[in-house]
Amino acid sequence: MRLLPRLILSIALLLWAPFVLAQSLEELVAALPEGSYDDRAAVIAQIAATGDDRALKVLEVLLAGDLEQLDSNSRIVEIYGQGRDDFARDILTGEDYGEVPSRGSSKVRVNNSLRRDIRTAIGTMTLRHPDPARRLAAAQSAFRSPDPEQAELLAEAAAAEADPEVARALAEALAVVTLAGDGAAEAKIAAISVMRDRGDTEARTVLSSALDNGDPQVAAAAEEAVRHIEQMQRLWGMAQNVWFGLSLGSVLLLAAIGLAITFGVMGVINMAHGELVMLGAYTTFAVQEAIRSSFPALFDWSLLIAAPLAFLVAGGIGVAIERGVVRFLYGRPLETLLATWGISLMLQQLVRSIFGPNNREVGNPSFMSGAFELGQMTVTWNRLWILVFALAVFAVLLFVLKKTPIGLQMRAVTQNRAMAANMGIRTGWVDAMTFGLGAGIAGLAGVALSQIDNVSPNLGQSYIVDSFMVVVFGGAGNIWGTLAGAFSLGIANKFLEPWTGAVLAKILVLVFIILFIQKRPRGLFAVRGRAVDA
Amino acid sequence: MSVQLLLDGVNRSFDGFKAINDLSLTVEKGELRAIIGPNGAGKTTMMDIITGKTRPDTGKVLWNQSVDLTRSDEAGTARLGIGRKFQKPTVFETQTVEDNIALSLKEDRSVWATLFYRRSAEDSARIAELLALVKLDHVAGWMAGDLSHGQKQWLEIGMLLAQDPELLLVDEPAAGMTDAETMRTAELLRQIAGKHTVIVVEHDMDFVRALGCRVTVLHQGHVLAEGSLDHVSANEQVIEVYLGR
Amino acid sequence: MLSLIDRRMGIFLAGLFVLTVAVPVGNLALDGQPVPSYIVALLGKYLCYALLAVALDLVWGYCGILSLGHGAFFALGGYAMGMHLMREIGPRGVYANPLLPDFMVFLNWDSLPWYWLGFDMFGFALLMALAVPGLLAFVFGWFAFRSRVTGVYLSIITQAMTYALMLAFFRNEMGFGGYNGLTDFKDVLGFSLQADTTRAGLFVLSALALAAGLLVAKAITSSKLGKVLIAIRDAESRTRFIGYRVEEYKLFVFVVSAMMAGLAGALYVPQVGIINPGEFSPANSIGIVIWVALGGRGTLVGAAMGAIIVGFAQTLFTSWFPELWLFALGGLFVFVTIFLPQGVLGLIESRLGRKPPPAPAPEEASA
Repeated sequence: MRLLPRLILSIALLLWAPFVLAQSLEELVAALPEGSYDDRAAVIAQIAATGDDRALKVLEVLLAGDLEQLDSNSRIVEIYGQGRDDFARDILTGEDYGEVPSRGSSKVRVNNSLRRDIRTAIGTMTLRHPDPARRLAAAQSAFRSPDPEQAELLAEAAAAEADPEVARALAEALAVVTLAGDGAAEAKIAAISVMRDRGDTEARTVLSSALDNGDPQVAAAAEEAVRHIEQMQRLWGMAQNVWFGLSLGSVLLLAAIGLAITFGVMGVINMAHGELVMLGAYTTFAVQEAIRSSFPALFDWSLLIAAPLAFLVAGGIGVAIERGVVRFLYGRPLETLLATWGISLMLQQLVRSIFGPNNREVGNPSFMSGAFELGQMTVTWNRLWILVFALAVFAVLLFVLKKTPIGLQMRAVTQNRAMAANMGIRTGWVDAMTFGLGAGIAGLAGVALSQIDNVSPNLGQSYIVDSFMVVVFGGAGNIWGTLAGAFSLGIANKFLEPWTGAVLAKILVLVFIILFIQKRPRGLFAVRGRAVDA
Repeated sequence: MSVQLLLDGVNRSFDGFKAINDLSLTVEKGELRAIIGPNGAGKTTMMDIITGKTRPDTGKVLWNQSVDLTRSDEAGTARLGIGRKFQKPTVFETQTVEDNIALSLKEDRSVWATLFYRRSAEDSARIAELLALVKLDHVAGWMAGDLSHGQKQWLEIGMLLAQDPELLLVDEPAAGMTDAETMRTAELLRQIAGKHTVIVVEHDMDFVRALGCRVTVLHQGHVLAEGSLDHVSANEQVIEVYLGR
Repeated sequence: MLSLIDRRMGIFLAGLFVLTVAVPVGNLALDGQPVPSYIVALLGKYLCYALLAVALDLVWGYCGILSLGHGAFFALGGYAMGMHLMREIGPRGVYANPLLPDFMVFLNWDSLPWYWLGFDMFGFALLMALAVPGLLAFVFGWFAFRSRVTGVYLSIITQAMTYALMLAFFRNEMGFGGYNGLTDFKDVLGFSLQADTTRAGLFVLSALALAAGLLVAKAITSSKLGKVLIAIRDAESRTRFIGYRVEEYKLFVFVVSAMMAGLAGALYVPQVGIINPGEFSPANSIGIVIWVALGGRGTLVGAAMGAIIVGFAQTLFTSWFPELWLFALGGLFVFVTIFLPQGVLGLIESRLGRKPPPAPAPEEASA
């Protein structure tokens, strides 16, 4: 209870601030080195009472033992090291006085009792700081390094706090302090419940130290809270896995959905699909280069500019592939597979010759950078936007296939080519458009993948097996199947990873799909019926 | 006479569409039976079920009153003695006419037996006999893919006979044939019947008339009428189904 | 046996025989070494590729099974031989451990994993080089063929199979040397792998294996079973309705082919001196397909020729115009599929006025 008188003193001084302020901060600081320790305590209290941001700085430097008075001009300075030498800058004005000779200054002395006073004064100042962010930081720092002497200070601050977030942080800091101290069991149980609600790893660490409390009631409450937290953490861990899985699924969906059109709708195996994705990524790179050199201000718009361009580049090449090669091979799926593989080799080498074999740097626009916390999981903005983008592409594709004339013609040609031709549909044109659409979507996928993967000539190769697995697993000819396939494989992968490691998880998923295809050769959402059996 | 094939209460649906609906049918040993019905009546699905290509959802399919055909696959039913001819003639186009017949001969079908098979004089004689029967002996060395449509139909029938099946399922044999060829085919099938059981699915009424046999009318996966052609032709329901309402 | 050697097989085997005699003689016996040692190793490598191509032609050309995973069987055969060669190094490794290969010592393993036991015996390793690919093909094929996975679906899952194996072999925990694979071999059966005589011997063995592989494949395809395979390729469901269990036939030929590929891999590894997971890469397996397509599928001899032609072209291109190799290879894929469906052999034979080999019918539309 030694704390109490000092606390009363500081609060009294705070309340009396208008009167005490007769002396300016400058005068107070100048007076610091003078007099006895008790005099200094009074000056410190007055400095704290100014509520000036610079006062906080003074106290922090004093506490660190770096506050000294220069012999030359009697200024109070902060001593900071630079190499082996000491330098000084004015604690209030920040003016730099340059190097200090080794006996050119004298320390403002503090003893243990003063240090406590300073700490309390700093705590008071920061916990009552007008800026809520500063108050929050102070509360969090009190949580991390609990000091039982600050208990009442925290309680006071908590009672006066208006901002709910800061109030919670204060309550949590107070709870830690309470648990660390030797207060009443009821208070501790209340503190445990605060920690239980916080529910993260730090709270669990705090609680586990309360497990061996002498009071059985406290120990039981702590045990229950730890169990609760562990369960919550398992749930959040699962949520995090689901999120990772959705994120992987969105990448798979983007990579596979164009394939779902060419393979699923047209029955054409396009082994160059991965390379069309790669071209989309390189288009993004080229757009960003152009923006960097000519219109740096537009950088945040680079992806929006790159997306339609990537669609056109990849789509155009897709149409060229269809008209130049694939159309001679309809009805011979295995030959198509080989020819498009040949095209993929040429596209890889083309890009390697133009852009070089190394990874290219594609930047994240500001809205794609960083992350935010959702409960106990971290969500990065680029992954979130890619998920949104994948779903948007899916929705647009669905719309095109179901609601537009070209979509109707595509479905007609798929179902009965001869009949469609007889009804005046230009089947060759529809084939080229369908293939171009699938290729264009591959280009869009490339724009998204450039944000999370290395942009190199091998980019496409790393997705080709995975995206075929998605289409085959989901069931060819059904883009809803592709959606379900992509997300279920993504989530399965991420749930296996903690158990097996990333590589083994991938192997297991592949083995699963291989076995699954044996059971359901036409995938999850097979188009069944006599037409297929015949 | 004993029952060769029995279908009892067979059902099969595809995605909610009932292709076969409580179908019951009995075919006697050595009988020649024609099955007619409009498009979508379930004729092809019925053949698929008999040959083990499609499994029925419910119902019994019994062979020689003892063997459950629903447990057998295509190769299994073929080995039991059920031969099937497709609507569109399917022969092995890149092999000779003679090899097509040779592959179909009733022999041990296991991998090892096939690997070490040597053609005996007996087999050669049987091949020659079959080629003569289907009038393809003059083109025995041709690639089957070079035959005319009608010749392919005949080759397929020859392949069917080479298997020496107890039951022949013949799907629209007259499709794409000239009138003369159609009549010759009907005559051939009448010849075969008696020694083999024959089920013919056909659209062509002249051909069915030429077969001169018992007729079963299928409609929506169910037997609508059965009897002689004249008998079923007089049936009100059959007329309604064929001529429309 | 003689009945198996038709004109095209006869010409090829005669050429192979001349090569088998001339190359070792030119390398070992003649003054001035008109055939340098690196050429011997290179030719030996091509012969292994040719055997691999024959293996693929057996399943693709005759039975219509387009395997995009045959590189896996080749690599497994190679690993089996590589494991033996690793054990032969014995205490001569960097860490001088008498039992454990260097990479295991490096990973701090203290004993040999059970699946490495027995590989100190050459015979056992050779048996495994055949048995392991055969077993994988049996298990994989048993599942796939029984459930009637055909056409492009089968191609895609064979590709997934080799991809999964590649990922697995990249892992150090698998105990096959991880990313670096198996290398630094010293000798085989006591003969130094650096010696010209050993290399010439391996070359001759590869030639004999190719000849044997061709004859076995020819024997199979000329038998009634071969006709059944072609029947399956051209009209699978008709073949079923005649009473052949298609899955059994496919399984048989798939396993034989995998074992042949494994043998090719086992001969390949001592000649190139390394085996690593890159051999499992899907790109390698598709590469095999173009050898067969270029030479002429369903001809066996053509497949072997295709492998040798592409191998030579790759060697020449990568030393003269490395930039252009992928353009050339890619262009080859497109050109052959569109303009040369019969392959080079078909082209030559039709130019010479002989009857072209029967054209494989188009696959049953992806069913």
